[in-house]
Amino acid sequence: MDMQEQSGLKPEQVWGWLAEVSDPEIPVISVVDLGIVRNVTVSPSAQASCVITITPTYSGCPAMEVIAQEIESALKRHGVEQVTIETRLSPAWTTDWMSAAGRQNLKGYGIAPPAQHVIDISGISRGRRAEPAVACPQCGSSHTRLISQFGSTACKALYRCDDCLEPFDYFKCH
Amino acid sequence: MNEQKYAFLTRMGDNVLILSQQLSKLCGKGPALEEDMALANVALDLIGQARLWLDYAAEVEGAGRDEDKLAFLRDAHEFHNFLLVEQPNGNYADTLMRQFFFDTWHYFRLQSLSGSTDARIAEIAQKSIKEVMYHIRRTGDLIVRLGDGTEESHRKVQDAADDLWMYTGEMFDDDQVEQALASEGVILPASSLRAPWLDHVSRIFAEATLTMPPLDAWMQQGALHGRHTEQLGYILAEMQYLPRAYPAAQW
Repeated sequence: MDMQEQSGLKPEQVWGWLAEVSDPEIPVISVVDLGIVRNVTVSPSAQASCVITITPTYSGCPAMEVIAQEIESALKRHGVEQVTIETRLSPAWTTDWMSAAGRQNLKGYGIAPPAQHVIDISGISRGRRAEPAVACPQCGSSHTRLISQFGSTACKALYRCDDCLEPFDYFKCH
Repeated sequence: MNEQKYAFLTRMGDNVLILSQQLSKLCGKGPALEEDMALANVALDLIGQARLWLDYAAEVEGAGRDEDKLAFLRDAHEFHNFLLVEQPNGNYADTLMRQFFFDTWHYFRLQSLSGSTDARIAEIAQKSIKEVMYHIRRTGDLIVRLGDGTEESHRKVQDAADDLWMYTGEMFDDDQVEQALASEGVILPASSLRAPWLDHVSRIFAEATLTMPPLDAWMQQGALHGRHTEQLGYILAEMQYLPRAYPAAQW
């Protein structure tokens, strides 16, 4: 049997390296914590190579291309010779895939993490919807109000705290 | 090539591409900072969706073109966006009413496409509809605020509704493309979107104290067959200038 020398690259290692790649617009959260890395496949050949499957957050998010480049260069720094990035659309990304650690980091950074449920797409009547209670990341008060559904990036809404009066970003449910 | 599917995909892509281009012109010129950010965010979502549709359209066409060639190297008669989305930004009530009419159609179209037998269409729709939920919430809220606001805001938003109404009819036309794809189970025909669209628009109008334009009004047509208003040429001239002037330019 022709025994090829194996690279010894393991998927767990790759996941660990990916956990060090942060979102270019929100540096406290990694691409793994954000839930956009959907799969890692390592090929068992001599050449260390792997395929990373990612899914976009918002379809027009300009950070996606930077994220793909950063994943590639991070893995190459760790000696992976061949990195292929594939984009998968379905199932569509949801904030439910964000890790508990990611949520905690967002809060510490001053961004209110998403309420724990996906956006309801079943209907558009105005009365029926209950806005999730968003706690102020500065003072913890739940007396907050929505200023705009659209904030500084596609994934965030703008809120204001009625107690400490600070405005803050809310990572909206998706 | 499946010509009907190609035509359908370019319709989907062209609508969001042209509307995105229109909204982008307002970047930095919104009436309030929050609205400025909202316009830019919506434009960004729509350009992302346009890429998904046109990328698939180019693949179905199989003629070696890509999303950029479809966006930048077709002429006005080859665009199949609705006349509605190419109408000028006008005053802010015009911009919002155009968006509200489109968002409502967009939501119901994407909702039905989410169950398409074409897996790629279904996944693009499932991705897009989550973004469109935020678009339709904002426009519905703002139409109510302006309609039920001051005398001036009410008048402007009512005028916008009356002016744009004649461009809403063709969104529900079942032409050959719609019929062919509906019979294959790829889509639900456009005419099926009219009842839920009217229902939502009339509910928001009632809340906004606006008067619904007549349901039997005469409607403009033509965009599905490449016959546009004079507006589209100007939009394309600006949007396509760079790639046409410097064909090999790379970002």
